Amino acid sequence: MALEEACVPTVAIHTHVFARLVRSVARANGMPTTRQAFVPQPVVDRSAAQLRAYIDGNDPISKRPFMQEIVEGLTRPLDDADRHGVTFARETPRLLDAAAADELHAQFLENHWTDNLPIVLPTEERVAQMLAGTSRKPNEVVGRMRPTFFREYWEFTVEKVAVNAVMAGARPEYLPVILAHAATGQTARSSSTNSFSVTSVVNGPIAKQIGMGDGIGALGPYNHANATIGRAYNLLSQNLQGGSVPGDTYMGTLGNGYNYSSTFAEAEDRSPWQPLHVGHGFTSEDSVVSVFFGGWYTHAGYGPRETWQEKFRHSLAAAEHYLPPLLIMDPIVARGFVDLGFDTSDSLARWLAENSWVTARE
Amino acid sequence: MTQQLVVHDPRGFPPKVTGKQLAPRLEALDGKTLYLVDCLFDNSEVFMEQLKGWFTEHLPGVRLKGIKPRESWVDDPQMRAAIAADGDAALLGVGL
Repeated sequence: MALEEACVPTVAIHTHVFARLVRSVARANGMPTTRQAFVPQPVVDRSAAQLRAYIDGNDPISKRPFMQEIVEGLTRPLDDADRHGVTFARETPRLLDAAAADELHAQFLENHWTDNLPIVLPTEERVAQMLAGTSRKPNEVVGRMRPTFFREYWEFTVEKVAVNAVMAGARPEYLPVILAHAATGQTARSSSTNSFSVTSVVNGPIAKQIGMGDGIGALGPYNHANATIGRAYNLLSQNLQGGSVPGDTYMGTLGNGYNYSSTFAEAEDRSPWQPLHVGHGFTSEDSVVSVFFGGWYTHAGYGPRETWQEKFRHSLAAAEHYLPPLLIMDPIVARGFVDLGFDTSDSLARWLAENSWVTARE
Repeated sequence: MTQQLVVHDPRGFPPKVTGKQLAPRLEALDGKTLYLVDCLFDNSEVFMEQLKGWFTEHLPGVRLKGIKPRESWVDDPQMRAAIAADGDAALLGVGL
């Protein structure tokens, strides 16, 4: 669309499963008649001959010859819709029409406003109680979010974050941590086909104050604060960014269990190393949320046994180069690495970086 | 009577959409410079090469230029500027 704005007639080619998505993106950019052409999915792993057959065949969406769509897309004269695009404003009401609880639950489910698990309805009273957990004003803008870089940003306020926190079952004292997640602007519901997720770590005094889990089962469904803060982050991501709906604003091929909830506190008292946030310039008295984008595969079980070097090398070689791995360790494991001479987490990270090189082809 | 509840709308605030017009179209492609933009997705290079082959066979009068952004999924203003500087049209492809 930027090329069109630069007066270059353009046709964008997509695989057919993206038809709904690319049309909604074009509309949200004010250019709904953007010329598009489609080939069947997949393109990945198809031979040159198979791809040529796509080109010689029909567009699976329009059912017309693919190359006819291409040539006409570049040469068909503009009509009124092409010349003007669309201008419109979309309003988000503060409150929904009054209805019975069952009807509201059905409405939230049908509108893709939940994670398909039961939610707590965000009544005015509950949202007001949630807002008591922060000194921030309800109408203060927290930030903007979008499911992927080619979509438009949606904006959100403290109150909208509180609404999603209520839905997740969070308590008012969790709200500052949930607001910190929201303020990152990093969606936990990326629309990428890679089915990404975000894992977050909470450091500092607030983790203990609100009872976050940093011990047995910290990454699982065994702590109310961890579970509901992580769930709130995912719910607010999908609802405040304009959706996370399969085929439209979500294209993850496999999906990801971490998209329900993936938040925990660091076991600062038991770790032999300095806390994560202190290593990034904060003091131990600061309360900090760190978010890690990725989470589309997990390797587990590498303690400092005799074969730890080989296992780490193999594991890191299998990691995609464009997303740094996140290492999470039980404090017992971390102390084992201290015994091996890694007196800081940085020293272990350096060893891993220096020993995980792969060839460009790999 | 069933109790009626008033609840908040959980959605954020979308921006206002402002209409934009398409670029004027070409009367014909013959003699024009057409950029084939390989968006660097898996196997897109092979696809764009096949597309180039189609034009060579069926519309040989079209001047073809291949170009790639610096990275996949990242806007490349320099590449766009290069296309706008001497290109008459562009095809972008292709994902998954």
